[in-house]
Formats: sequence, C-alpha cells, structure tokens
Amino acid sequence: MTRIKRILLRLLTMSITLFGVAVIVFFVIRVVPGNPISMMLPPGAQEEDIARLQALYGFDRSIPEQFFIWLSGVMQGDLGTSITTHQPVLGLVLSRLPATLELSVVALFLAVFIGGFLALASTRMRGTRVEGMIDVANGMALSIPDFLWGLVLVLLFGVLWPVFHISGRISPTLDFQFQTKFYLFESVMRLRFDIWLDLVSHMFLPALALAIPLAAIIAQLLKQSLKETMHLDYVTLSRTKGYGENHVIIQEALPNAILPTLTLVGVQFTFLIGGTVIIERLFSYEGLGNMAIDAVINRDLPLIQGIVILFALIFTIVNLAVDLTYAALNPKLRHG
Amino acid sequence: MNTFLTIEDLTVTLGTSCPILRSVNLKVKAEEVRGLVGESGAGKSMIGKAVFGTLPTALRITSGRIILDGEDLQSLSPRERRRIIGAKAALIPQDPLTALNPSRRIGPQITNRLVDILGWHKADARLRALELLDEVHIPEPERVMRSYPHELSGGMRQRILIASAFAAKPKLIIADEPTTALDVIVQKQVLQMTKEMQKRHGTALLFVTHDLGVVSKICQSITVLYNGLVLEDTSIAQFFKQPSHPYSAALLRATPKYTDPDSSLMPVPSAVIRAADEEVRACDRIHQNV
Amino acid sequence: MDNARAQIKRKIGVRLWLSGGWLTFLVLAAIFAPLISPQDPLAQDLFTSRLPPFWVDGAEPGYPLGSDSLGRDVLSRIVFGTRIALSVAFIAGTITCLLGATLGLIAGYFRGWPDMLISRLVDIWMAFPPVLFAILLIAVMGTGLTSIIIAIVVIDWTRFARVIRAEAIGQSAMDYVASAQVAGRTRFSTMFREILPNVLPTIAVLLTLEMGIAVIVESILSFVNLSISTDQPTWGGMISEGRVSVHQAWWVLIFPLLTLFLTVLSFSQLGEGLKDHFDPVLK
Repeated sequence: MTRIKRILLRLLTMSITLFGVAVIVFFVIRVVPGNPISMMLPPGAQEEDIARLQALYGFDRSIPEQFFIWLSGVMQGDLGTSITTHQPVLGLVLSRLPATLELSVVALFLAVFIGGFLALASTRMRGTRVEGMIDVANGMALSIPDFLWGLVLVLLFGVLWPVFHISGRISPTLDFQFQTKFYLFESVMRLRFDIWLDLVSHMFLPALALAIPLAAIIAQLLKQSLKETMHLDYVTLSRTKGYGENHVIIQEALPNAILPTLTLVGVQFTFLIGGTVIIERLFSYEGLGNMAIDAVINRDLPLIQGIVILFALIFTIVNLAVDLTYAALNPKLRHG
Repeated sequence: MNTFLTIEDLTVTLGTSCPILRSVNLKVKAEEVRGLVGESGAGKSMIGKAVFGTLPTALRITSGRIILDGEDLQSLSPRERRRIIGAKAALIPQDPLTALNPSRRIGPQITNRLVDILGWHKADARLRALELLDEVHIPEPERVMRSYPHELSGGMRQRILIASAFAAKPKLIIADEPTTALDVIVQKQVLQMTKEMQKRHGTALLFVTHDLGVVSKICQSITVLYNGLVLEDTSIAQFFKQPSHPYSAALLRATPKYTDPDSSLMPVPSAVIRAADEEVRACDRIHQNV
Repeated sequence: MDNARAQIKRKIGVRLWLSGGWLTFLVLAAIFAPLISPQDPLAQDLFTSRLPPFWVDGAEPGYPLGSDSLGRDVLSRIVFGTRIALSVAFIAGTITCLLGATLGLIAGYFRGWPDMLISRLVDIWMAFPPVLFAILLIAVMGTGLTSIIIAIVVIDWTRFARVIRAEAIGQSAMDYVASAQVAGRTRFSTMFREILPNVLPTIAVLLTLEMGIAVIVESILSFVNLSISTDQPTWGGMISEGRVSVHQAWWVLIFPLLTLFLTVLSFSQLGEGLKDHFDPVLK
C-alpha cells in the first residue's frame, strides 16, 4: 500500500465519521420536545407569525429535507443562522474558536512539560523515595478528572491564596484593541507583555486543570516506556562509552521511548479539547465550550450543530496529525 | 610487557550477602587475547559490567581493585571514572540487533564518543569512522554512515560495532559473547575480523564466551570461572593439552569437536561439580573469617 | 522477591480497604440519610444563612458544616446528595457496562460486519466532545434521574466496547477457543462460556471506574443546572452554588467538593486495586 493510498483511505474514514456526527446531532436535536421558535416569541403570538418564523428557519419541512438543506449549506461553508443572536453561525463559531484553541494548546504544552519532566525525574531517581512520591501523585492526578481539578484550583489559587484570576479571559479594565482573536499570540507579537501577563493569569488555572490528568498519563506512559528502553543494549553500550546518566536518558533512551507515548497522547489530547467545554464554563472563559452550553440552554439549534461539527472536525484533524507525525518520526516508516 | 587490565580480589555481591563474584583475580596484557569462559550464570558477564561500571543497581562491589592502564578505577570520582572508561576501554556487545540505537544514524553512533567524551573535531571523527568501516570491510562506508540500523544486516551491524569499539584507540576491549546471536558463517567472519583488528591495533582483548571452540581459535590465554570463582588461569596451549583443574577437563570433554560433531559428549560429572562447589564454599568461609 | 511481592500486596490491601471503607460509609449514609441529617436538606431559613462550619466563630449547633446563602444545612444536603450520586453510579454504571461490554464482545468475537458496524460507531462517538454530548441529550430529554442515566449510558458505552473488543480479539486467538469450537459448541455458547469468563476481570475493573465517572458526569450536569429538579440536593448543584458565592462562603463549595473528590478517588482506587488483584503475576 502506498503512502498516498493510505492517506486517502484516512480522509475517507474521516469524512464518514464527520457525516455520522452530523446525522446524529441533527436528528437528536430535532427530537427536542418543545418548539424552539415558540421560545423566541412573546407569549400570545399569532399563529401566522410562528409559521413565518418556522419557514424562515426551515422548521416547517420534513426532518430529512432539513438535513440535506443544512448539509448542502455546510458544504458551501454556510452553517446557518443562530436563532438567539440572528448572526451567521460560522462567524460566531470562528470568533470563539481562537480562545479555545489557545487554551487547549497552552494546556497541552503544560501537560507535556509537566508529564515529561516527571517521567524523566522519576527515571533519573529510580529506586529512591522521590520515585515513590511521583508515583503516588501520578495516581491521584490520573483518577481525578479535569472538572474536579478545576474546582480544587479555584479554591486554592482563587480563594485561599488568590494569585490568579478565576474568571474570564482578560481583565475588562484593560483598554486594548486586538486585531485578531488570538489574544495570547497577538500580545506577544505586539510585545505588550503587560497584556500577555494578564491573559496568562486568566488562562493559567483552566489550562492547568485541563493539563493535570494528561500530564499524569504522559508521565506514566513515558516512564514505563523509558524503563523498558533503559534495559536495552544500546543504552548500556552508550554508558560504556563514558556517558553520564543524564545523557543516557535524554539522548539515547528518550527519542525511542517517545514514539509509543505519542499516539496515546494524541487520543488524550482530543479528550482534553472535549474537557474545555466544562472547564470554560467553570472559569467563565469565553470560548467555544462556554458558547456551546449557552446554545444548548437557549435551544439554539443551528449554533449547537455548528459547534458540535466544529469539535468533531478538530478531533479528526488532531488524530490525523498525530498519525502523520508518528510516520514522520519513526525512521522505520520514513524509509520503508 | 604492559598489563592493561588488572583485577585484584574483586568481590561483587547481590544485596549484602549473596556473592556473584568471589575474589576474582584477572590480568590482560597488551596485545593479549584472553578467553573468559564459564557456564551461563557463572558471572563472566559481570566482570565486564564491573569494569564498565554498569552493574545492575542491586549488585555492589564489596572489595577489590580494578586497574585500567595504571588507573585505579574504584578510587576515581564517577565522572572521572566514566571519562577514563570512555577513553581507554570499549565494549563489543552481544546482540548486534539491539546494540545500535534504532532512531539514530550509524555515523553519529560511531563518532559520538570521540566528539563528546574525547573532544575531537567532528570532521576528524568522521574520517576516523570512515577509515574504521573500511578496515572491517564495509562497502560504501559513506552510505552506511547515513543509514539507520534497521536498514543493515545483522553481520553488518556487528562489524559496525567492532569498528566502533576500536574508534577511540582503546587499550582494552571486552567482547561480551559477540558471536552468540549470529549464525555460524557470520560468526566465523566476525571472529576473524575481531582478531584482525585486535592484532592491527595492538589492543588487549578480553573475550567472554561459553564456547571453547571459539577460545581455541583466537585466544592466547584463558580464565575459567565457576559460580563466581576463578578455577583456572593458564595459557591456551597448556589448557587444551593438560588442564590443571578437573572442572576444566570436564568442560573440555563436554565441548563438541568441529571435526567430529557426533563424538560422545560428556556432561560435566556430578563429582566434579561437587568438588567445585566445595571450593566455592571454602572461599566463602575464608571471607567470613576475615 | 517474596518480600517485595508481600509489600505490593499490602499496599494494594490498604488501598482497597480505604476506598471500600469510604464507599460503604457513603452507602450507609444514603440509606440512613433522614436519620443522620441534622436538618431538613430543603428547609430555607434566612436567619441562619451563611453560617460557618463548627470550628469557626459564629457557628451554630445543628449546622456542623455551616449553611448556604438560603440557610440550608450543608451537611444534610451532602448526605441527601449521596442518594442521587450513588443511584446514578450504580444504575448508570451497570447499564453502560452491560451495553458496552455486549457490543464489545460481539465485535471482538464475531468480527466481520458486526465489528465493522460497531467500530465505525465507536469512531463516530469518539469524535463527540462527551460533556457537550451529555448536555445536549439532557436538553433534549429534559432533566431528571432517568435522563441522566440515559445520557451517561449513551456517551460512555464506547469505553467498554473498545476495551472489551480488544480483549475478546485476544482471547479468540487462544487455542482453548478453537478447541471449544472443534468440540461442537455453537458460536454464541462459545462466546458466553469461553470468552466472557476470561474478560470478566476487565469488565469488573471498568465497571468500578465507570461508577466514578458517572458520579462526575452527574455533578457536571448539576453544575450547569441540567441534572435533577433544582429542589433536590445534589453535590454538583451544591458545588455550582458554592462556586458563585466562594468569596463569601467557601464552606459551601469545599465540603461537597471534598466529598466528590474522595468518592471519585475511591472508585478509581478500587478499580486499580481490583486490576492488581486480578493480575496473575501478583497472585
């Protein structure tokens, strides 16, 4: 099987998955008891007004018909119009996406940094009390999900020792005009480190809450993987060459131990992105997830559909990216 | 003649009480090839590990000295010790399939010791590596340097490992059963190669093996190890003519002859084993009294 | 070696005892909730609002863990919240397990088109953000215990299906399965008599972990006010209220949070303990 064929096959299964997600969301939502339109109108509205609005949003047609109208719109980049805000869904969703992406990526970096450090430290200190302590902490971090870590962090660093902000994305008092929605990135580019610091102080706790479970998984997998690698002959051989323990772990064992960890981290990263939904709510962070919950509560059907599809798209892209990275990093696949 | 490796009274124990090596004495002179033989579990690989400082963490050196080219390794700081080891000794590992790092190209795996530990210039190290690959008859050394291990055959990788061991012009090379994992034909080539390289560079070679056939081909002297205890230390000629220890004699009878593979193989008789075990116990008793 | 093994065993023992002990304690609290609670969990009294816990100045007897902004007793609400948390854990956990494990077994043992179908479904499910999916389902079905249980089953069956499928594939490759078939067993009987007993330990471990997850999902739904009707005390609901008034009355957040934390930790430690217990190497 050639490489191109493999990628095409992947793209095909990806589109089947996305289509499945679209079908499920679309039909689940339309079983909603209670007409979403009636919530938009004042009580005692005329029958014909209701009918007109229904026609406007296409709710007067049969469900399969609505689906294909919507799907053909999606193909052309039109996700419909939000019922609550009367704005195009695509624009709404894209305006919130950068906030969620920045949060997820910062959380991923935190997780890789913390998890990687713990794995290396416990490999370096194997057999000592430090290793045992790291194992215990890891076990705790693994069994508690991000939502609870978020609450714990709110209590610890928002209330008991208030050093970070626990709500919002940026202090409302800051008067700063952003050109893009990537605030964190933009503040660095424009060298406004005061703004950057404020953003980080808002983002740190939600990102950490998302990162803790993933960091624990990375630490555990990488440590296991390193442990197996450290017994291999090439590691011993590099010791006999005169290299110290740090070099042996980082230069010889680590590159080979990372590969098995990578695929699992990819899957876990999609879980992390899924976790942003509740974490953004918890920290009143204005991202996609927070918008999604509002949309569900307001029964804004087109917006819900748009957000779920966008999440599904992000998940499948992350999985594809992980597979491609794996192939690029593995020398056996690179030349095979 | 210079003695490149001197091991004096080396005792290694598991935990605090269980001895793995029992007051081992061993010398390897310049240009000498010494065979170190014993059954599996006799502790022959542990000697190499003790020299390189790569003993498993559960094992400890409880007494003895290891002197490498005049340096008492046990008296050095770990950092100094690693430097001396990297400069003066090298290992030819057992299994060529697992002894090369799969994620790095061959070139850096040969030159890294020269550059990182010995401070050579990269270009010099590269020239040296090419020269060595040529010496072990590797075709297209330039291409091989750029390859990954999985692209090369097992015999090729073992020759690369041999070349790599000689890279830093070490005084001592310890070969840890380098032929066990290879098939008979490749085995023969590798033996020849090792011997040839050793002769050319005048290196002392400690050849760890359980195969007396191999020993007879390339060694000048032999040390027989049983359960961590040295039972015999003699020249090859003497050993094959008239071994001084009954265990050695039994070992010889238990080895198939290449000329006559079907000739009756004698297992080591239990009486000989009992006698050897008695010597081990006697050795332990002496140490307990001390 | 034996010493090390004994040490590991003892560590597992402590873990199992602690987590099992806490969960037993919760079950008893749920059963005897009316007897234990010092107050009616729903009784509002503005004269007793935001009382601090007993060791802080200004506390009142009868409100050992303080009261919330409506004057409701925190301890009583936690105790009654246990009923909902545990019902959800046991019922949702069990149904999820039955559905997911059955599909996983079928996919892993029969392979072919059932496997294709189930695996594709799992893939589609994995592309949903689970929390959002659950919230969506509750919005569709309306709040209430049944909706929550259905939502948990619907979002989490894949967890069982994935793992059990992989295990069933592994077991099917073993010789004993082939010999059972040669001996004339039907495919279904082989699946239940030969494969199922061998994946049971995994199912038990997953079930325990799932119960902890169910408790969390229920809290998350309560947190966004989509769980049970608002006049029934739930841990998540308390946490949600506590989050709002955290600067004025931290105890409204900290006690339900601590209870939730310990419960989730206990379920997962119980699961991990069971995993080690079933591990033949440590036996």
